[in-house]
Amino acid sequence: MEHQIVQDASIAEVPVAGPTITARDVNVFYGEKQALFDVSVDINRNSVTSFIGPSGCGKSTFLRCINRMNDTIPICRVTGDIRLDGENIYDTDLDVVELRARVGMVFQKPNPFPKSIYENVAYGPRIHGLTRSKKELDELVESCLEKAGLLKEVHDRLDEPGTGLSGGQQQRLCIARAIATRPEVILMDEPCSALDPIATAKVEELMDELKANYTIIIVTHSMQQAARVSQRTAFFHLGKLVEVGDTRQIFTNPRNKRTQDYITGRFG
Amino acid sequence: MTIEATSGIEHHASRLNDPAKLKTRYASEARFRAYGIIALGIALAFLAGLFFSIISNGWSAFLQSEYRLDIYLDPAEIDPEGKRDVTRFGLADYTKMARAALSKAIDLPEKQDRAMKRDLKELLSRAVDVQIRDTVVADPSLIGKTVPIWLLAAGDVDSLLKGAIDRNVPEERRQLNNRQLQWVDKLAADSVLQKRFNSGLFTFGASSQPESSGLAVALIGSFFMMLTVALLAVPIGVAAAAYLEEFAPKSFWTDVIEVNINNLAAVPSIVFGLLGLAVFINFAGLPRSASIVGGLVLTLMTLPTIIIATRAAIRAVPPSIREAALGVGASKIQTLFHHTLPLAFPGIMTGTIVGLVQALGETAPLLMIGMVAFVVDIPTTATEPATALPVQIYMWATSAERGFVERTAGATIVLLGFLFVMNAAAVYLRRKFERKW
Amino acid sequence: MPIHTVKSYEDELALLDKKIAQMGGLAEHNLAQAFDALQRRDPRQAEMVVVADQAIDLLERDIEEQVIEMIARRQPLANDLRHVMAALKITSDLERIGDLAKNIAKRAGAIAEVSHPKPVISGLGRMVELALKQLKSVLDAYADHDAERAIEVWRDDQQIDAMYNSLFRELLTYMMEDPRNIGLSTHLLFGAKNLERVGDHTTNIAETVHYLVRGEPITDDRPKGDDTSLTLVTKHE
Repeated sequence: MEHQIVQDASIAEVPVAGPTITARDVNVFYGEKQALFDVSVDINRNSVTSFIGPSGCGKSTFLRCINRMNDTIPICRVTGDIRLDGENIYDTDLDVVELRARVGMVFQKPNPFPKSIYENVAYGPRIHGLTRSKKELDELVESCLEKAGLLKEVHDRLDEPGTGLSGGQQQRLCIARAIATRPEVILMDEPCSALDPIATAKVEELMDELKANYTIIIVTHSMQQAARVSQRTAFFHLGKLVEVGDTRQIFTNPRNKRTQDYITGRFG
Repeated sequence: MTIEATSGIEHHASRLNDPAKLKTRYASEARFRAYGIIALGIALAFLAGLFFSIISNGWSAFLQSEYRLDIYLDPAEIDPEGKRDVTRFGLADYTKMARAALSKAIDLPEKQDRAMKRDLKELLSRAVDVQIRDTVVADPSLIGKTVPIWLLAAGDVDSLLKGAIDRNVPEERRQLNNRQLQWVDKLAADSVLQKRFNSGLFTFGASSQPESSGLAVALIGSFFMMLTVALLAVPIGVAAAAYLEEFAPKSFWTDVIEVNINNLAAVPSIVFGLLGLAVFINFAGLPRSASIVGGLVLTLMTLPTIIIATRAAIRAVPPSIREAALGVGASKIQTLFHHTLPLAFPGIMTGTIVGLVQALGETAPLLMIGMVAFVVDIPTTATEPATALPVQIYMWATSAERGFVERTAGATIVLLGFLFVMNAAAVYLRRKFERKW
Repeated sequence: MPIHTVKSYEDELALLDKKIAQMGGLAEHNLAQAFDALQRRDPRQAEMVVVADQAIDLLERDIEEQVIEMIARRQPLANDLRHVMAALKITSDLERIGDLAKNIAKRAGAIAEVSHPKPVISGLGRMVELALKQLKSVLDAYADHDAERAIEVWRDDQQIDAMYNSLFRELLTYMMEDPRNIGLSTHLLFGAKNLERVGDHTTNIAETVHYLVRGEPITDDRPKGDDTSLTLVTKHE
């Protein structure tokens, strides 16, 4: 594993200090309805941050602000300031396509393209022109599958459809696809909710390995998962960021009563 | 947990074994199943009746009675000047040569009276003239030789051979007199007169004689129209559907457009014919009866079907695929062309073929734009007058001769065959490219 | 505090508290009985205390099992996590207190035949009184989730330490006066030491209660009262 990570030159260039993402006073509206209220949070580099909260609390909405997936919803409006490495991602000059290459996303349901395993991973680099030759692309695909811990399982059937894999393998394929565009940040929207515990454990182990090189944000409904995988945890409720802090502190001694009631299962 | 422990909740245990209730339910289920089977049976019976009637009437249209006659291509008649001038060939009396050959085949005396000549001539189709001429034009070197040629029998002879003429009818009310019957029997016994595969059905144009009329003009016309529809309706329909589904903002106007497209699909086809007449012929000045105009009209008619089918197909592509593509940084256009459209392809194909099938079977709008013409010459371009398969059926169906009745059914079989093949293609494409999620 | 969405979870936590209270009550009772046996030089009563300690041991095991089961099945978090962990720690402190009471009872049996020096016994009596008060106080603090009270208990432990110091010196003098008193005095000294240890366990419980309520350890500096470990007595010439 280690040597694979060192190989990737693009990652070494990333400066190490300071938060990767800083959000200030982010408000999101769906038409007339406000979904997020003044969310301000820093996301640490090379660590896992988890967003927890009851359904409809805005955690996914906020996650989707970070790679501007909300843009695809016509009635959605975002105000405030989200910076990725100091760059305002809602700047009118910013190319959203480029942003999404830098901020990869893994979705709730494994959603590989109904194409071959190879094509699934190669698609991103290809449309962004990240590789110059077929050989380079082959290597990139292999290294991404390797990093996603999938290479061993699929190396002899790269041309078989990605949809033929098991759920857990599909999700790791989606992670391989996400890291193929060499992102800095990986957003995960309940990545394990459709997986069995063993597949979940594999994905969690993968997150642990990936955090050395990527900033990971995960939305999860499983308190235990947030406690297991993340270094920092943010609790959202009714569109507001209620509390953010070290995962250890949030799960042993939350400062806010609402956080405590939520994570101990006392929500009315 | 025992039932006592959850007092307040009434359990069904006591009613599980009520035989009367069970019996009633089983009976009603069985009854419902029976209704379904009966309904299906009736539908199948009608369908079977339809097919039986069409096929039993029409299969004989694929056979045609022909004489195999040794024709002496008399140079004195065909080419007296010996210039091998093709335009001169048309002036010769080929029917006489055919009649002579026929009389020889029956072993009639050289000397014949007028009635006998007329009887003989009636056995031959009027089209033999053209048949022999075409042979000579195709190969002038045959002039002066005696060549065997298959010549069409007259419609009445064909009907007699196919058993459509009752020999017991008194001679004066019968289409063929006794002498002619004798001759035909002799010719048939000598294998000079045979029933052969009716290739003319597919190669002849319109004719007043059933034996020399065919579907060629209709087939070519229908082909040109299908081509026009496929080339215009598919790209326009798919593009419109893709725009409406993926790009159009949800607004009052897109709602209006959507409602109108759905309504257009239900507009009677004759209205499209009127529209075509007004716009394409009267306003744009396109030629009447031309298959291009028919194609344009059918395009208009097919568009809503294709748009609706394509939208449904695009909508059926799971949004997770779109998210996945957008998530790795594909643009909207890339997402559409790399993922959504390829995945919607089977649905689009099915919709398109259904639309084409609908267009292929359409008659009413074509009548409005004058495609109901008597077209003898086979068109080579889409701007020449042509007819269409269903129109041809309609025209034949209005003729009284026994031969046309048979051809009507035959043409219907051809049309149904095309529809069947296209539907099968749609099913095949759907099966082949359909993806399981 | 709003109750759990899962009612049985709430019931289990309540049951845990009930068991802790019961165990605390038993420990208090045994300690009082042990001193009573010592004071009245009643070996039969001392015997009863030794037997009664088994009930405390059983309760400890019961609570331990319940805590393990709750961790396995409920995966408690935040205050619930602190709650079950506190119960686990408190139960082991209470068990130790029970053991110390048993030890006092055993010593009471051993020295029942000998007459006891009055001032030492009354000193021990005050110590027991204070230890019992502290123990009761800390159990109330646990039941009421009262961090202030826990801090109070934690502070007041130095009184017990001070009493132990003075008893220690008194017994030393007693032993120096007459070497025949050494046997009796050693038993009494251990008894006093046991009471001092009870105070320490009570303090532990107070710290646990504070962590349970506040989520963080007590950060105050507490003056240590027990300096006997630094004391060396030599016979003055």
